[in-house]
Amino acid sequence: MHTLISQFWQLTFSGAVQGFIYILISLGYTMVYGVLRMINFANSEIFMVGTFATIVVSRDILGHQPNSGDLHGFTLIYSMLFCLIASMLASGVTAVIVELVAYRRLRSRGTNRLAPLISAIGMSIVLSESVSLLTAGRATIAPEMLHKSSLFTILGANIRVDQLLVFIVAPIMFFGLQRFVNHTRLGKGIRAVSMNEETAKLMGVNLNRVISITFLIGGLMTGAAAFFFETVYEATKFNIGFNIGIAAFTAAVLGGIGNIRGAFVGGLTLGLLETYASAVLGSQWKAITVFIVLVLVLLVRPNGLFGEAIQQSRV
Amino acid sequence: MRTTNSLRNFNVRDKGAAIWSGWNRLQRTSFGIAMILLAGALPFAGNYSFSNFLNTPISNFADVLIYPVGMFVLMSLGLNIVVGKSGMLDLGYVAFFAIGAYTMAICGKWTHLNTWEILPLGIAFAMIAGVLLGIPTLRLRGDYLAIVTMGFGEIVRITALNTQKIGGPNGMANVPNPPSIHTPLGVLDFNIMTPNSFYWFVLVLILLTIWMIRRLSVRRPGRAWEAIRQDEDAAELMGVPTLKYKIWSFTLGAGVGGAAGVVYASKTLYISPDAFTFNISVLILSCVVFGGIGNIWGVVLGGVFLAYLPERIRFISNARQLVFGLTLVIIMNFRPDGILPRKKREKLSSPAIETGAK
Repeated sequence: MHTLISQFWQLTFSGAVQGFIYILISLGYTMVYGVLRMINFANSEIFMVGTFATIVVSRDILGHQPNSGDLHGFTLIYSMLFCLIASMLASGVTAVIVELVAYRRLRSRGTNRLAPLISAIGMSIVLSESVSLLTAGRATIAPEMLHKSSLFTILGANIRVDQLLVFIVAPIMFFGLQRFVNHTRLGKGIRAVSMNEETAKLMGVNLNRVISITFLIGGLMTGAAAFFFETVYEATKFNIGFNIGIAAFTAAVLGGIGNIRGAFVGGLTLGLLETYASAVLGSQWKAITVFIVLVLVLLVRPNGLFGEAIQQSRV
Repeated sequence: MRTTNSLRNFNVRDKGAAIWSGWNRLQRTSFGIAMILLAGALPFAGNYSFSNFLNTPISNFADVLIYPVGMFVLMSLGLNIVVGKSGMLDLGYVAFFAIGAYTMAICGKWTHLNTWEILPLGIAFAMIAGVLLGIPTLRLRGDYLAIVTMGFGEIVRITALNTQKIGGPNGMANVPNPPSIHTPLGVLDFNIMTPNSFYWFVLVLILLTIWMIRRLSVRRPGRAWEAIRQDEDAAELMGVPTLKYKIWSFTLGAGVGGAAGVVYASKTLYISPDAFTFNISVLILSCVVFGGIGNIWGVVLGGVFLAYLPERIRFISNARQLVFGLTLVIIMNFRPDGILPRKKREKLSSPAIETGAK
C-alpha cells in the first residue's frame, strides 16, 4: 500500500503505457468480434509475429546489434519508422492469412460457432510452433535503438523516452482508427457488416473484402503494439503472445467486446489495474486481481463497461 | 469442390446409428461387451506384431493410454456436458482437473485417507467449485462466459503457484498410489509398475460417465439442456428453469473433471501448477469439437485421437506440435462438425444457434 501512495504517479504513468499497448492489441480482438461475432484466437500469435518482425528488420536488415550503441537523429527516426511499418505489415498480413485459412471456408459454410474457434486455435499453434522451431525455442533479444534515458520528472514520476513515445503515438493511432471506422467508406462497410451481415450483403457490401480488411486493420494495430512492446521491453519469445493476448482479450471484454471505444477504456483500465495490483499485492497476484475485477464488472454490467457494438460507437 | 462435398456429406454417425437400430437386444449387448473387452485389452496391443503399429515410440504405451489418452477422453466427456449438451463455452475446464488433483495430493499426504476415499471428496470439491463459479457467472452469455471461465482456470493455477503451503511452483511430490484391490481373479496392484490396472480403472470411470450422460440425455435434464442449447430465451419462456439446469450441467462436468484430477495425481505421484495451464483447457475443447460436439462417440474419438497423435509422432519431437496444429486446421476446414457429428435431425432444427446468427 505504501508503494502505491509514494509512487502513485510513477505507477500511473507506466500503467498507462502498458494500457496503451493493451488497447492496440485488444483492437485485434474487438474489430474481428464486431464483424464476425467470433473470438480471434490467433491474435496473440499475430502479436508475436509482429515482435519478431521488429527484431528481424532492425537486426538483420538495418544491421543494428544489441550492443552497437544507441542511434541518433535521422538514423533513429527512419529505423524506428521502418521497424514500426514492418511490424504492422507482418502482423497485418498474418492476420489476413489467418482469416483466409481458419475462418473463410467455415464462415461461408455457416457451421457451428466453435469450428472456426478450433481452427483458429490450430492456426495459433502452427504459428507459434513454426517460430519456436526457427528460433530453437530461445528468447530473442532486440537491438536497443532508443536509449531508455529519463527525460524529465513530473509529480515525482520519471518519464522515459520509450514510454513517452508509446504514450503519445499509441493514442494517435487509436483515434486515427476510430476516425477511419466512423468517417470513411470502408469504415462504413465494416459498421454495416457488424450491424447486419445479410442486409449489408444485400446493400452491395463485399462481405469477404470487408472481413479481410477488418482482420488486416486488427492485425496492423496489433503489429503496432508489438513494435511498442519491443521498444519498451526489447526481448521476445515464441510464446510471448500468450499472456499478453489473454490480458488484451480481457481488456476487450472489460470494455465491451466488439466496441472500439470500449477497447480504449478496457485497455487503459487493465493496464492501470495491473500496475497498481502489482504494487499493492506483489506482481504474482496481478493476473488474479484483474480477473476478479473482470468478473465483478461483468456481474454488474454483463456486456462490459460499454456494452455496445462497433456500429453504435460515436466519437 | 465435388470431392470435399462428398467428404462433408459422408456421415459415419448416421450410418452407425442405422446399423445399430437394426440390431436386436442380444446383438447390441454382445457388441457392447466386445467393444469394452477390446478397449480393456488395449494395453497389450503393443506386445503383438499385428497391433504394434499402435505403439508409441519413446513413451510407454500403457502409460500413454492413461495420460493423456484416458484422461483426455474422460475430461472431454465431462466438458461435452457443458459445451456439447447445453451449449455453454467453457475455457477454464482445467480448473476442475486441478482441483481434483490438488485434493488428492493434499488429502493423500496430510491425512490417512486413501485414493478410493479421496475420489468422492475430489469430485465433491470440484462440483462445489462448479456451483460457486456457476451461480454468479452462468447468467452471462456466450463469449463473456468463455472469458470468465478462462479467468477462473487461471485463478486456480496462479493460486496454486503462489501458495507455498502446497508447494508453490515446485508442486507436490510423493502423492500416494491407490491401495490394491482384491478381486476374485487376483490382486490389482496400483503402482508405477502396473499401468494396466490404472488404465482399467480409468476405463471404468469413462464407462460410468458415458452411462451417466446417456441416462441424463433421455430424461428431463437432457431435454432441458437441449432446449437451452437451441434457444435459451424460448426455453425460459416455456418454463424450463434455465439457470438451474445450466448450473447442473456445469456442476456435473466439473465433477467428471475432478475425478480425472484425482486419478491423475495418484498415478503420476507428482503434480505441479504447470500441468494445469490454459493449454489443457484448449486441448480438451479441441477434443470435443474435433470429434463431434454433442455426440458421445465423436467426443471419445476426438479425445483418443488428439491425445494419441502427439505421442505417436513423438519421434519428430520438435515438429509434433506443428503437425498437431495443422491437423486441427485441416480437419476443421473439411469436417467443421467434427469427425462424428451429432444427429443431422438435431442440427437442422436449430439453424439459428448452429450458424451463430445474430
